[in-house]
Amino acid sequence: MSAALTVWVKGIGLWAPGTPTWQAFREVAMGGAMPGGHERPVADTLPPNERRRAPESVLLAAAAAGQAVAMSGLDAATLPCVFASAHGDQTITDYMCATLATVPAELSPTKFHNSVHNAPAGYWTIATHCHAASSAISGGEESFGAGLLEAATLAVADDRDVLLASYDIAGTGPLGGMTGTTGPFAAALVLSPRADGAAIRLDISPEPGNSAGAATGDAWMDGVAASNPSAKGVPLFRALAAARPAALRVGAAQGLDLHIDIGGIP
Amino acid sequence: MPHLMPPLAIRAFTATSALGRGLEAHSRAIAASAGGLVANDFSTSPLPCWIGRVAGVEDEPLPREHAEWECRNNRLAWLALRQDGFIDAVRAARGRYGASRVAVLLGTSTASIGATEEAYRRLDHGVVPRDLLRPAIHTPHSLAGFVTRVFDLEGPCITVATACSSSAKVFANAERMIRLGLIDAAVVGGVDSLCDSVLFGFNSLELVSAEPCQPFDANRKGISIGEAAGFALLERAGEGEQAPLFIGYGEASDAHHMSTPHPEGLGAELALRDALARAGIEAGDVDYINLHGTASQKNDEVEAALVARSFPATTRASSTKGFTGHTLGAAGILEATLTLLAMRDGVVPANLGATTPDPLCGPQMAWQVEHADVRIALSNSFGFGGNNACLAFARQGVPA
Repeated sequence: MSAALTVWVKGIGLWAPGTPTWQAFREVAMGGAMPGGHERPVADTLPPNERRRAPESVLLAAAAAGQAVAMSGLDAATLPCVFASAHGDQTITDYMCATLATVPAELSPTKFHNSVHNAPAGYWTIATHCHAASSAISGGEESFGAGLLEAATLAVADDRDVLLASYDIAGTGPLGGMTGTTGPFAAALVLSPRADGAAIRLDISPEPGNSAGAATGDAWMDGVAASNPSAKGVPLFRALAAARPAALRVGAAQGLDLHIDIGGIP
Repeated sequence: MPHLMPPLAIRAFTATSALGRGLEAHSRAIAASAGGLVANDFSTSPLPCWIGRVAGVEDEPLPREHAEWECRNNRLAWLALRQDGFIDAVRAARGRYGASRVAVLLGTSTASIGATEEAYRRLDHGVVPRDLLRPAIHTPHSLAGFVTRVFDLEGPCITVATACSSSAKVFANAERMIRLGLIDAAVVGGVDSLCDSVLFGFNSLELVSAEPCQPFDANRKGISIGEAAGFALLERAGEGEQAPLFIGYGEASDAHHMSTPHPEGLGAELALRDALARAGIEAGDVDYINLHGTASQKNDEVEAALVARSFPATTRASSTKGFTGHTLGAAGILEATLTLLAMRDGVVPANLGATTPDPLCGPQMAWQVEHADVRIALSNSFGFGGNNACLAFARQGVPA
């Protein structure tokens, strides 16, 4: 049976604590390097003044997205984009709820407009002069797979290259205690409906049930993967780093996985 | 250029807002030009403004089997789901296609953040009170998670949270998934409920009017915030389809500013052109446009100019925010519902609240309620971050 969705990977970006770029992550995944210290995400796609104003979630998403687009060689202005996150910017949500509980009239207008779930999509499209469709989604604990499903669907349905970025930051305050997210992570892909010289093909099919999430056996990778919902994409990125044909599952919803065959490797 | 879109049947639809519960309450209010805004009595220290509040939400807890999802936003969802035979229609679709072939694609801007606000108000030495220690409601995915559980569905389940375009964009998600054969039907829609985050948030941006909102009025002073829930069930259209049709959509980004629209309405115009192209129609084919029309200075200025330059005078246009308030992430589905009712009833809603038309407005504006043959109609939804969506619908029996 043919896959429901076939897309080619034109660009990859990643920021994890200790591996601030896809290249750094790849070297760790290949076993030749150790993760480094915590580095601030470099969101150099954003203009300097926006970089100063942007909250952590936006910097993180833009850092990964910028790497993926640079690797693709495409113009970000032409790419529809899907930004996925389980919880958005929890630091701002924590600030908002704490302020509203005590001095609601003093709520910061800047924090409020940065609080919308589509803040990264907004900052990104403004910085890249992108007028294409942009979206901001959540899929709860399965946000990474939900984002991958949406981005691959958009690429095939509209026959266009699409940018996916999935990000979550560490939880803060009482909210952080409930979301259980312990660290930041972002990853991005530029997905194309055509091969066009792209090396890696993803054949994606939704399959009932949730059996994704098996440990990789690598303590650092498993630690990152458990840190937040977007980081559940780590096994896919590890497989992309290995650049060998492989099959894996990624959760896309409660009761629904994506079965992904990685192929087309030269 | 986008491809022509195969029309989808809207097998069932419903909405609940300040105008009441279900389609007939909305139909009656629109026919009578009777709006639902009231003086703000929400929250512990109400701001002096007007709101579109759904009556009775406080008095109707979720049934015991759904208690873990308890919060104002999910109560509002539950209220709306029980109108107009919607639950039965979804269960029938689940029976026809199977639980994994029906998606839940819902829009919201703040989901159940009202419950998170309450948890912070009631912290005991920094600890969340036991009754609110339910992680599933302290996340943007709370609404979609709840609705999926109500119907016991196992298909794709996605929350779209692009501020005020959220529950319009879900129609596009559904179309793509159905066209590619990933699913056979989709529950689309959205819910946003009143909460301090949006009341004090929009107030901090000085976008909230002290008076009931006046969309497209020369003297408009800002928005009135409302709450609403709405849902639609989408499936492939059959031969001789007798349901109303979803025929096109457009999505585009302003790339201008986080909280003000592009001054020439660039993203809005791109979304409009995209919707017309996918529907295979021209501006002159459009009988009615339900406008975004928030009554903010900038939105209405930009949108009035866009309509005036793009459509003939025979196209009628109005904002229904004067009836319901701006229901934010639920505006897309609420106004899609009002658009479908305009087609069903042959009634163009009045642009309620405006007394002195903004001179930027063209002859398309329906200042008073009108009776007309509405065969093809659009609904505009524009959000923060320059996120624009436009939906196109055809009345039942109108060949697409």
